[in-house]
Amino acid sequence: MTPVALVTRHTQALLGALGRLARAPLATVLTLLVIGLALALPAALGMLVRNAESATGRLGRAVDMSVYLRSSVPIERARQLAIEARAVHGVARVQVISAAAGLRQFRKYSGFGAALDALPSNPLPNVLRVVPQPRSSGAVALEQLQRTFARWPEVSMVQLDAQWVMRFDAMLAVLHRLVSIAAILFGAGVLAVIGNTIRLEILNRRAEIEVTKLVGGSNAFVRRPFLYTGMIYGLGGALLAWLVLEGAVLDLRAPVAHLAQLYGSAFTLSGLQGRELAALLGGGIVLGWLGAWISAHRHLRGIEPRA
Amino acid sequence: MIQFERVSKRYPNGREALSNVGFFVGRGELVFITGRSGAGKSTLLKLIALLERPSRGTVSVNGHSIGALQARHIPAFRRQIGMVFQDHKLLADRPVFDNVALPLVVAGAPLKEIDKRVRAALDQVGLLGKERMLPVELSVGEQQRVGIARAIVGKPPIIVADEPTGNLDPDLALEVMRLFKRFSEVGVTVLVATHDLHVVREFVGREITLANGQLTAGGVDPLPSLVASR
Repeated sequence: MTPVALVTRHTQALLGALGRLARAPLATVLTLLVIGLALALPAALGMLVRNAESATGRLGRAVDMSVYLRSSVPIERARQLAIEARAVHGVARVQVISAAAGLRQFRKYSGFGAALDALPSNPLPNVLRVVPQPRSSGAVALEQLQRTFARWPEVSMVQLDAQWVMRFDAMLAVLHRLVSIAAILFGAGVLAVIGNTIRLEILNRRAEIEVTKLVGGSNAFVRRPFLYTGMIYGLGGALLAWLVLEGAVLDLRAPVAHLAQLYGSAFTLSGLQGRELAALLGGGIVLGWLGAWISAHRHLRGIEPRA
Repeated sequence: MIQFERVSKRYPNGREALSNVGFFVGRGELVFITGRSGAGKSTLLKLIALLERPSRGTVSVNGHSIGALQARHIPAFRRQIGMVFQDHKLLADRPVFDNVALPLVVAGAPLKEIDKRVRAALDQVGLLGKERMLPVELSVGEQQRVGIARAIVGKPPIIVADEPTGNLDPDLALEVMRLFKRFSEVGVTVLVATHDLHVVREFVGREITLANGQLTAGGVDPLPSLVASR
């Protein structure tokens, strides 16, 4: 067969499948809806995890340590210590917050200005704000850094909250696993829905299939339109899932941004990225094809012409 | 062209539809297979089109035994045989053109050629101009002719017809048989199963008669070449 003829018959099969779906719009839409929602759920979960990761990624980079010096340590010594701290392995930046600057900030943000005025002297110590390098912001590295600074004689206390970073990492690992499980379960559901839809379609067109085989139609020829039907269902469902997700992201973006802002983050929710969208659409097509193929393989065998 | 050698067919229910049947049909012959209903006429045709397999014996088409043909080669084999049925087996939801075009479509013919050959086939059966009608909009005789057009559109070397005139009145039946006669005159081997002896007698054609699955007349020809040239 020439390439032109091959393209022609595939085009015929595709157009035929589209035509049949268009002639039963209600049934088609309902099937697409089921497939779309089944695909949307794992995709939404995956998107959620990715957003959570990127949100905490930014927070992770923002993890820093407050190294409180003893109140007897003067600001000159504090500046010297900052230079030494910069040389410590894993440290990105060190900022000196002098007792005076600390007091100004506290006065500005705490609302206790009047009470502070009543104090005879500044109760705050000089503080080094240590920002670790991104690759040292894992929980273990942070704790190591914390111990290093705690051993310095001028340091009274190092404040670090690494526990939540570890917990969050563990939670994300659980969520990742959950995404995989959901993808497998709902993928199997999509396979079943498409397989069953194709099975009914095959039974409905039994007479036509018989006649086609009678005049010399091969199994591949008979199967082809059903495979296209399956792929159209898969792609249509995936596009629907994408729409659902985009709608949800649009609706959630403002409240999430507000929430992030309250945590002092500029994080915004992002929808499916190029590669994720490609995976969703591609996954839909593959599931549709596979479901149709399994169903066609099982049910077309039984239909042999009996003249 | 078609040879049966000691062919028997026993169905799973135990009924022996054909027993020990042997005959030869040459290229371009018009052969009527006659006998009462249940005599095994349909089974004989089904064996040629590989709709059934013989229980014993050998069926050869075009010099090749078809018994060993693998399932994946059956579609290509069937395209060599145009089949006509009593109930014509048209697709009710497709117009005449699509019905006739089906064998060419499954064979992957180019669209232009399909268009040309479908019109030529419809012209031969006198239905040109009815391409866009649905089968139900046609008379029974016209539907049967659509079935015949579908059988000849792929220019098969063999046509088998199972009771093609069963639902037709005598005039229409004669008309249909004349079509088959014409095909045989251009080199197509035609086998027609029928119990309509009046129609058969109108034609100069060989008659193979079956009774209870056994061949009673017109069987093995010792000199097939003579038959072919007759």
